[in-house]
Order: sequence, then C-alpha cells, then structure tokens
Amino acid sequence: MVAIIDYGVGNLFSLKSSFEAIGADVTVTADRETIARADRIILPGVGAFEDAAKKLRSSGLADFICEQAELGKPLMGICLGMQLLFDKSYEYGVHEGLGLIHGTIRPIADVVPAGYKIPHIGWNALHFTRPDRLFADLREGDCVYFVHSYYATDCPAAVTATTEYGAPLTAAVASGNLLGCQFHPEKSGNVGLKILKAFCKMKGERHADLSRH
Amino acid sequence: MITKRIIPCLDVRDGRVVKGVNFQGLRDVSSPVALAEYYSACGADELVFYDITASSDGRKIFTDILTETAKKVFIPLTVGGGINTVEDFDRVLKCGADKVSVNSGAIRNPSLIYEAAKRYGNQCVVLSADVKRVDGRFHVFAKGGREDTGMEAIGWIRRCVENGAGEVVVNSIDTDGVKTGFDLEMLHAVCEAVAVPVIASGGAGKIQDFIRLFRSIPGVDAGLAASIFHFGEVQIADLKREMLKSNIPTRMNGDMS
Repeated sequence: MVAIIDYGVGNLFSLKSSFEAIGADVTVTADRETIARADRIILPGVGAFEDAAKKLRSSGLADFICEQAELGKPLMGICLGMQLLFDKSYEYGVHEGLGLIHGTIRPIADVVPAGYKIPHIGWNALHFTRPDRLFADLREGDCVYFVHSYYATDCPAAVTATTEYGAPLTAAVASGNLLGCQFHPEKSGNVGLKILKAFCKMKGERHADLSRH
Repeated sequence: MITKRIIPCLDVRDGRVVKGVNFQGLRDVSSPVALAEYYSACGADELVFYDITASSDGRKIFTDILTETAKKVFIPLTVGGGINTVEDFDRVLKCGADKVSVNSGAIRNPSLIYEAAKRYGNQCVVLSADVKRVDGRFHVFAKGGREDTGMEAIGWIRRCVENGAGEVVVNSIDTDGVKTGFDLEMLHAVCEAVAVPVIASGGAGKIQDFIRLFRSIPGVDAGLAASIFHFGEVQIADLKREMLKSNIPTRMNGDMS
C-alpha cells in the first residue's frame, strides 16, 4: 500500500487518482498505524516551506516520517514535499527541514538569468545525471510539469535529474530509499505515471546516511 | 528548455462541450470527459474547462464532470467560469482543478485575486481577460465579452498580476472566432507589461497561426484554442510536429505523437 501523507497542505485528489490509475493500492492518511502498515510513503506539498514544515511538526508526523524512512521504506517527496526532505530552506527566512537528505533549498532567482519568468511553470525536459530506478522507463529529454520558485542545491551526490531554465535546476534526487521530484509526476501525463509505477515497484532498503536517528 | 504549451479550451454547459463563434451561436460538440482524455492522449499540455452554466444544478453537473476528468487525465486542469469568491476556488480545487481562472469575478471584486493568491498561491490564480479595441484603446470586457467595463486593459492586467495573478490568459474579442491568427499587437502589449506566463487566446485558425505567434512574440508561453481542435481543423500532434520543425520548443510525449 502507498500512503500519501495528509498534513493539511494542498489538494491530494489528483495524486491519489494518479496512483489509482496505475492500479496501486493507495490511501490518503495522517494516521500513524496506517502509515506504519504502508510499504511506501509519499510526502506531498504545495505552498510555503515554513508553513508546511510547521504543520508537519505540529502534527507530530515529522519525526514519525523520519522513523519510517529509517526502516528503509521507499519515501518520495513531491514538489514542496521533496524540499522538506532537505536540511533547510531559504524561503522567506531560514527554516529547518527534515534533514533526511543533505542540501539546501534556495530561490531559483539566485541562478536563473534575468528575463526568465518566476515561478518556473510548465513542461520542461529531464536530463539524467545518473541512472535511477524511478526513471528506468523514461528517455532523456522526456518532459514533466513544473511549478516552483525554489530549488534544491548543495546536494551534488543526491541529484539524479536536472532541468534547464537558463541554468540547470535540480529536478529529482535520490539517496537510498529516499526519493524526490521537484516536478509533479501526477500532472506529467504518461511520463509521470511511469515514474509512479517505478516507485511502486521499488524494494525497501536501509539508508546509510540516516545515522542521526 | 521550457516548452510552449498548447491548450484546448472546453466550454461546458449542462455537462456538454459547446463553443460559439464570437461568443454567440453555441454548437454542441462532445462529452467533456471523453474530449479531455482524447486531447491528453494527443499531447495537449493542459486543459481549460470553462463553466458557462448559469444554474446551480448545472454547477453540480460541472463539478461532477471535473472530478471524473481529474480521475482520468493527468495533465494540469484550469477551471474558469462563475468564479466570484474564494469559496468558488475551494469548490473546484477540491474536485481536481490545479488552477482557477477569474474574469468577471475579479472585475466585480478587485480583492478576489489577492485573497485567492494568499490562500492558494499565485501559481493557482489565472487572470482571464476579454479584451477589445474601443476607439483605439484596449478595453476590458465583462460578462463573457458582452459588457464594456470602460477600463483600459493593459493597466488592469498589470494590477491583477501585482495582486497575485500567476498567469494571464489574453482573449482578444476582436480576433475571437475569426480564424485569421492571434492578436499579435494586443499580446505584445501584454507581454511588455507583465512578467508572468501569458497565454494567447482568440483567432487561431490553422497551424501556421501558432507558429507565427510563438515566433513573433517569444514572451508568449502558450496558445489556447477551442473549436479548431474540437472540429479537427487542427490536430494537436500535427501542430506539435510543425512546432518542432520550426525550432519552437514543444513537448512531444503525448501517446499519439
């Protein structure tokens, strides 16, 4: 079963529907027992980093998700959910994330040249920087749907794909059983569904870097 | 490189897709859900559902259709029509919309865009502006293009973006339904005024109209059309192949392309 964590940010209807469309057993939940029973976890998120991080902590789910990740369950963050996996974000101040993947979240305005519109909205091509199980059925240059103003950086070892927007921006990351997509696979047509299918096939594994727990 | 988007627009009344010429003479075309699935398979980059139903019963039919579509179609869905309050945003977002477009609602209630952007983020709020030349000036029209507000359009669009609109659909009433090409002069003026994505609407009659649009005005992010897609005068797969040949970045991974 795939558990989509419901911590009160964003609309999870499309995400749930996309898993249903590929025949996955999926549930949207904030219940720890249900999350514990799931064999893989999705951390979604749209909106502001600070607000989402607060909601995740105040619901008590932040530590619980970290514990679940430590068990080796495949855990994928999507969009802001991906950003939350990192150490910290510089979105309106400095805010701590879950610290599961080392790196920081910074404004794309830092690297994108003048004249490029922000947010980066629309379909952009994936360039794979190293092979990853999530992208086994994809081709170099396949397009996915992005909506974001911040991006993950200082995480060279974790980057699996970038996208070009005047500068290369981190599009996807992986670190053991932890995965993240800056784009929205649930809005990326067939390419997105292939990524979700690959996620559903992943086997769990222990994550070497999770020593802090 | 970010791609230029091709967006079919589905006007929905009482659960059916309709499209008028110059906003009059509606013709029934097809089932919205079936058409949405078809366009997604053809490589459409996004869909706009425009609710032109007047009654509250019709509203329920519309949101049911939206829900059914969002269960089957996994590309961004923008919903417009009858969006007057933040509660209206909530209603369609819960049914699977990703973005909500406001038109007359923003004219009647100038704080609507600000309030909605604060709650759902700028990326969720699309300004749809019906614009027509009146005595040599661009005017904003309300009520589906029937009523001249007297407001100058470029300044109005700029203010809406400052208030939080994350994208702008510019629908030229002058070229709508005429099929001789997009309103390049109007679109150029809007692209000069705002730094958010601009979606061109009104006037496309053939593939070359899209090529000319993207070549003439690099600031335009997307081309929107309705009847030429509904009646098969332009096939999205053909259009995208032609864009690729013309070195216009486009997404080629639709199932049928």
